[in-house]
Amino acid sequence: MRTVFYLLQKEFVQIFRNRAMLPILFAMPVIQLLVLSYAATFEVRDTPMSVIDQDRSLTSRQLVDRLVASGYFTLVDQPATPEQADAALRRGEVKLIVHVPPRFERDLLETGAAPVRLVLDALDGATAGVVQAYATQVLARVSRDVQARTATAAARPAPRIEVRPAFWYNPDLNYETYMVPGILVVLVTMIATFLSAMNVVREKEIGTIEQLNVTPIRKGPFLIGKLLPFWLIALVELGVGLAIARWYFHVPMLGNLALVFGLAGLYLLAMLGLGLWISTMADTQQQAMFIAWFVLVIFILMSGLFTPIESMPAWAQRLTLLNPMAHFITIMRRVLLKGAGLDAVRVQTAALLLFGTVLLTLAVRQYRKVTA
Amino acid sequence: MPVIEAHGLTRRFGDFTAVDALTFSVEAGEIFGFLGANGAGKTTAIRMLTGLLRPTSGEARVVGFDVYTQAEAIKRHIGYMSQRFSLYEDLTIRENIRFYGGIYGLPRRAIRARTQALLERLALTEAADTQIRALPLGWKQKLAFSVALLHEPRLVFLDEPTGGVDPITRRQFWDLIYEAAARGVTVFVTTHYMDEAEYCDRVSIMVDGRIAALDTPHSLKQRYQVGSMDDVFLKLARPAASP
Repeated sequence: MRTVFYLLQKEFVQIFRNRAMLPILFAMPVIQLLVLSYAATFEVRDTPMSVIDQDRSLTSRQLVDRLVASGYFTLVDQPATPEQADAALRRGEVKLIVHVPPRFERDLLETGAAPVRLVLDALDGATAGVVQAYATQVLARVSRDVQARTATAAARPAPRIEVRPAFWYNPDLNYETYMVPGILVVLVTMIATFLSAMNVVREKEIGTIEQLNVTPIRKGPFLIGKLLPFWLIALVELGVGLAIARWYFHVPMLGNLALVFGLAGLYLLAMLGLGLWISTMADTQQQAMFIAWFVLVIFILMSGLFTPIESMPAWAQRLTLLNPMAHFITIMRRVLLKGAGLDAVRVQTAALLLFGTVLLTLAVRQYRKVTA
Repeated sequence: MPVIEAHGLTRRFGDFTAVDALTFSVEAGEIFGFLGANGAGKTTAIRMLTGLLRPTSGEARVVGFDVYTQAEAIKRHIGYMSQRFSLYEDLTIRENIRFYGGIYGLPRRAIRARTQALLERLALTEAADTQIRALPLGWKQKLAFSVALLHEPRLVFLDEPTGGVDPITRRQFWDLIYEAAARGVTVFVTTHYMDEAEYCDRVSIMVDGRIAALDTPHSLKQRYQVGSMDDVFLKLARPAASP
């Protein structure tokens, strides 16, 4: 136990003495949380739009005004011909073409239906889907208004079924509420994994590991001394991040914070085990960095943070079961945002327990004081 | 009982035999010089004797313990100073001493007392809170040697301890070695400097993984009828150096 104390003392002195490291540890995650939480939104605003209005009627002008007024679209161009509009779309200057054909207003008033052509730049499929949904909404509202204006008592529109959605846990459909806890998980994970991945291999590079290996130090205390500092730092960062989420982003926190931190501690053991395992395998910090990046990018992209796991193909969904980060993001959303108890995340908790055990065991076995 | 006893100690890396059937012993209190050209197998031999590297075959006992089965017991009783610098550059002198003292399980009071004594012996009391990176190489090496002796081992391995320092500092370093030997510590030292070989009680010269000669410097010079250890070394090592 005393050995662990001296190891911890040494690690903390080294971490807090490293002037390049401190801002990376404490300032960067905060800045990233603030910036990314605004940037990583699925909301699409100010889509550049060009409008070909060949009708030039009251209704067509009203339609364009409504689109602009919605805030989702910016009118950048009003070309005379569809060819000009297509060229602008090809150049990427506009993402949406709204083509109102001649006789639009008259057809609408006479027959109650008139076509409007929407052309979307669908290179980014997700964005195109959102843009299309917004545009359709606006058009539907315009057509309702026109019908209401022209409807007489005799020809009332048929009664419609109106859907009123109730959005639970995030009633304002606030993107920050959804994204901030997930981004926080990514940041804490990066800190924990990179720091532990770089640590042992750094001692290999400067040669001090050999000096430690000729001392009677035991594996257990050595590895605890290597893991505990980063475990504590990551938990402190989680605390800081949650405070920012709570008081700056006003993320509703229904969950039991003790449970959140308890499960975070478990999750971090798994990720620190991974980092340590990488560190004991690699010969240089460069190698460790590369492997850690490779693994983390996969974990992040398959975590359900940016793309819902439910929309992945079946085989990819099964793969996410092997991703501790996916489990912990689920835990964060369920426990933190929905106020769920341990019972609701027991599968994820069991998975983290398993990953932690396996990864730490691998790391402990990989670290050898004697070269065979 | 000898402090080091090796019999047929061998280490292969694939097809390459780095250390080939080493047989020798080192007595308590000796300063044992372990010489050889670069790549002759000195470091590999030291790594096996310190329990860092498992031998391929052969036997060895160090401070009475077997290198295969009792490596951790050996580690409690030996000190080691590698050719790669082994103190933490971003820790101060005092912090390095405290850390290694703690690792060897010295009581807090002993760490404090020995730190004080060590700093005074090396005249480094005023620099105690300076980070290692700011020290000249010669100071670092003297310090590394003293830290290797902090837990009062019976045997200390020095792997090219004086590489890259000036002759005056080397002489001071050897004064420290003599002081340690006078306290009864056995010293096992590798070096490139043949004048240093003259300071050893006995010297072995490794050529291509084998011990080509082992005796006192005086006897070696007589046997090869030359005036200096430099010439002894050249006579033995030349066939290997120019294939």
